[in-house]
Amino acid sequence: MGGKVILFVICIVFNNMEIVGNKTVMRCINKIMKIGIPRALFYYYYFPLWEKFFKELEQEVILSNPTNKVTIKMGVEAAVDDACLPVKVFHGHVMDLAEKVDAIFIPRIVSIEPGRYICPKFLGLPEMIKFNLNDLPPIIDIKLDLYNKKASILEHFFKIGKFLNKSRAEVLKAYFVAIKNFAFYKNYIRLYRKIPTEVFNNEILNYDDNNFKTITNQSKPCFKVLLLGHPYNLYDDYISMNLIKKLKLYNVKIITYEMLSEKKIFQGAKKLSKEMFWTLGRNILGSAFYFLDNEKVDGIISVASFGCGPDSLVGELLERRVEKEYKLPFLYLNLDEHSGEAGFNTRLEAFFDILEGRLTSESNFSSLR
Amino acid sequence: MKVTFPHLGNMYIPLKSFFECLEVDVVVPPACSKRTLELGIKYSPEFACLPLKINIGNYIEALEKGADTIIMAGGIGPCRFGYYAEVQREILKDAGYKFNMVVFDPPKGHLWELFKKLEMITNKKIYSYNNLIYAARLAWQKAKLLDELDMMACRARPREKFEGETDKFYKKSIKLIGDVMTLTGIKNIQKQIEIMFRDLILTNSDSPRIGLTGEIYTILEPFANLNIEKQLGEIGVEVHRSIYITDWVRHNLFPAFLKPREHKEFLDSSKPFINCFIGGHGQESIAYVAKCAKEGFNGIIQLLPFTCMPEIVAKSVLPSASRKYLMPAMTLVLDEHAAEAGLRTRIEAFVDMIKYKSEVQNENEMFIGH
Repeated sequence: MGGKVILFVICIVFNNMEIVGNKTVMRCINKIMKIGIPRALFYYYYFPLWEKFFKELEQEVILSNPTNKVTIKMGVEAAVDDACLPVKVFHGHVMDLAEKVDAIFIPRIVSIEPGRYICPKFLGLPEMIKFNLNDLPPIIDIKLDLYNKKASILEHFFKIGKFLNKSRAEVLKAYFVAIKNFAFYKNYIRLYRKIPTEVFNNEILNYDDNNFKTITNQSKPCFKVLLLGHPYNLYDDYISMNLIKKLKLYNVKIITYEMLSEKKIFQGAKKLSKEMFWTLGRNILGSAFYFLDNEKVDGIISVASFGCGPDSLVGELLERRVEKEYKLPFLYLNLDEHSGEAGFNTRLEAFFDILEGRLTSESNFSSLR
Repeated sequence: MKVTFPHLGNMYIPLKSFFECLEVDVVVPPACSKRTLELGIKYSPEFACLPLKINIGNYIEALEKGADTIIMAGGIGPCRFGYYAEVQREILKDAGYKFNMVVFDPPKGHLWELFKKLEMITNKKIYSYNNLIYAARLAWQKAKLLDELDMMACRARPREKFEGETDKFYKKSIKLIGDVMTLTGIKNIQKQIEIMFRDLILTNSDSPRIGLTGEIYTILEPFANLNIEKQLGEIGVEVHRSIYITDWVRHNLFPAFLKPREHKEFLDSSKPFINCFIGGHGQESIAYVAKCAKEGFNGIIQLLPFTCMPEIVAKSVLPSASRKYLMPAMTLVLDEHAAEAGLRTRIEAFVDMIKYKSEVQNENEMFIGH
């Protein structure tokens, strides 16, 4: 009896006994696949992890082109008109990839930490793509749901491995390399307060401490600005209209929530009367409250896309708290496909005029809304 | 202590009777009006969804009438509704209102905590549990009767003898249900209402049937959906809702063993368009299309407040579902700028199309013979 149970357990662990529930997930025959990752949404969060994982499994990773006029145009035409800009842009990126790759990686991201969700649009993203776009290669729409337990992440990667016809041992090995690399990347960002996309492009992620020092020599910045918003809005240079580059021109030291550890975000989020159930929203509020309480910043820029559900409440809470408790200049930028760059620049200029004014004047001006 | 709560269709009747049974003073907010909406818009965040704005208006009007405790439901996401109460509290506090907010959250909503909160609301008054159970039963019966009334009215409206009679009887019945305070009384009223509506119907003629699906608040609150049920009834359409108040209570507040079993099957019918829970009632919206097709409905109308996240997902797959089930579908996005005339034009066009479609079908059947 006991032997049977052990045998069964061994079967589960070593033989690919689990079932991939979705019909679109077909097993591939050739060994090296071109896997397309749309350069949108959670690319800005998980790319180092995904890339390393697929490379370890000897697959080719192909990214869509950076967001451009064509991507947005295609996305806006294909997507349902109520969707927010990042989701529309995502449609465009998938269309961009459609003819170049063997499979497109669009995981169904339900929850990336226990007890918290991502926006509902992410939950239905694979369906939105499948039923709005035609002639797509197979979509890897495997669920990532850590709502109940964190260990489900392994299951997620096993299922991806199953799709790629890899054994569990291979997947496990690739997973550990990738997750170690990802942890290193996260620590690197926190330690040196880097913008994630800078790290993506510099490709310094090879465990070499000497590389760190060369990049961190920078002249002393003038302003410290807390830049809040979802990573896929902030770091997409086309959506955010080069916001980060423009801020660099103003010689600004940018702080984003990726630069804070989970512990600090937790500490900040305690100021909320009710635990927030969106990971991204909680990160924004938690990092803002922690930062404003513990470090000095000159101003806050909050970036949201038009029609963003969580941000309509998160932004509201943030704005009210900042106004009441911290009295800091606060710039709220709302992005959509019709945003004009001139108006955007004017608002940014006005914001920095206020920051400069506050520097020179003895008494602080009232906060900007 | 004077208790108030936001409006959700006829929900105020069972809630009022529940609290009055427990000897708590209740201030029902005035029926939603233009002023309610204007107050809501004034204080709410611009991109918040319509229900939040109307709720704020309800609270303010109730607080003006002397309420001091707001009762609100909570949630655990991913729909925005779960965080409504927190934002609404901040908004009202910043606007200078003094009040107390009691939020009933489902995750920790064990029965014991519910009792504790109820005890707090009732000012730690010692009441017998019999009393509490009676109050709950009475409220439940009222809610059930109200849902039945809604169904009867929707059936009667396209078939009424004299124009406007259904609405007259509807108002009368609402008043009757609101006033009755005993369980036996409810049974009597139920019979009375049934007879009233039976006499009202002229013929049992076939009229096109349309299913209303989408976000729960916009389905249940006539002010939010610009009285779409009545408007559809007036142009001769029988309306069915995908969700009624009692359904919501059954799915969300009942312990697991009392939950209706067929609900899971119903949800599964949303595949392959929506494969998992996406928050709110997004999955139900699509599952209802399959159900309507099975029951031979003539069309479906999806309602959602502007920027509602789960329903946007549902909306984007609705055309595909509509094609698969051969079910004409229309989506109406509602916000504070929606106007009755525009809505009327759209639903008239939709109903014309449905009628034309069934005519063509009938002719085909006559001539081709299948």
